[in-house]
Amino acid sequence: MLGNLINQGRIKSPWVVHFDCGSCNGCDIEVLACLTPIYDIERFGILNIGNPKHADVLLVTGTVNHRNKHVLKNIYDQMPGPKAVIAIGACGCSGGVFREAYNVVGGVDKVIPVDVYVPGCPARPEAIIDGVVAALEKVKTLLGMTA
Amino acid sequence: MITKIILAILALVAAPLLGALITGVDRRITAWLQSRYGPPILQPIYDVLKLLGKEPMVTNTWQALCAYVYIVGAALSVVLLFTGSDLLLIFFVLTVGAVFLVMGALASPSPYSQIGGQRELLQMLAYEPLLILVFAAIAMVTGSFKVSAVFEQTRPLLYDLPLMYIVLGYALTIKLRKSPFDISASAHAHQELVRGVYTEYSGPFLAMIEIAHWYEVILVLGLCALFWSTSVVGMVVLVAVTYLAEIIVDNVTARLTWRFMLKSAVGMGLVLTLVNMLWLYAQ
Repeated sequence: MLGNLINQGRIKSPWVVHFDCGSCNGCDIEVLACLTPIYDIERFGILNIGNPKHADVLLVTGTVNHRNKHVLKNIYDQMPGPKAVIAIGACGCSGGVFREAYNVVGGVDKVIPVDVYVPGCPARPEAIIDGVVAALEKVKTLLGMTA
Repeated sequence: MITKIILAILALVAAPLLGALITGVDRRITAWLQSRYGPPILQPIYDVLKLLGKEPMVTNTWQALCAYVYIVGAALSVVLLFTGSDLLLIFFVLTVGAVFLVMGALASPSPYSQIGGQRELLQMLAYEPLLILVFAAIAMVTGSFKVSAVFEQTRPLLYDLPLMYIVLGYALTIKLRKSPFDISASAHAHQELVRGVYTEYSGPFLAMIEIAHWYEVILVLGLCALFWSTSVVGMVVLVAVTYLAEIIVDNVTARLTWRFMLKSAVGMGLVLTLVNMLWLYAQ
């Protein structure tokens, strides 16, 4: 029973930490727009928490390059499990227009496992919220909670 | 004896649940003041359940011990309050818990946690003299430090100690880390030093700190309730009005520096106490 309650809590309280992995700030502004009264993600229990140690979902925007891939890996490793990763924007998903550049590794999935891809340049706040919901659906299936 | 045991169990079980609901209402009202819809009232409980299910991660084992002592200190102080024990004893137990929270934060080399811990010490330095002054004033009126002596009074303490209630409110804002005094750590989206004193606690240990915070909310509101001990309705109204004012202050003020906090808390606390004591003697 306690396990069920904990699973319930996991679905209703995803705290997100946002990492800008070399984005042009377009997607970052859209991520922050989710917090504003218009979208108000807190009504789903989603909190933007600045600390990877408290977070359940890692939102990554922008391309990964050879300098910041270590930072990205470090942040991912600091998050206690269970955790999910969402790549946001064309750059986060695949490297976008920069994917052929000599300094770019590619999308986020080249460094850490990604659960949900949210495309767009920049991704709209609605799409980002949809992404978090899709990640939760994935978690539900993993926990065997699909009704 | 039996009633005391029942009260103690009530304090252990019902107090954190009530604290969680109050925190949930707090978040809802805060959202409403910011023209947002806000999370469900039960959100703090969901948060803690989730945190309990997370993988435990500590930078060193001292942190885990500190989280345990913090929650035991907070729970014990609520039990002592409910069973009508000594105000000074409650104060000391509360302080031991609070010191262990800081020790856990300082046990990690992370600069955010370190500065958060130092700032939490400064907050304690600001609110503890105020609490002691309030307890001393209560003892001057009732003639005893016992909580049970307060309930033997025939008229509410608020009539004799109106200014001490303001001092208590000031101390409580600092204790609950509400804006403008959310200096060592901040709830909700307005972050301070990542998460200040909480930065290095995670998963189940953060859940324990959250539960301890619920206990503290109840303790703090219980201390407020002492000022209208003659009727239950009076207690509930006084506590509700105080907490609503606390939420509004939390939302309309910006974070202040620790220097301002220390100066204003000690300065204002001493002046108000002095005036209230003179008035008490003149009566």
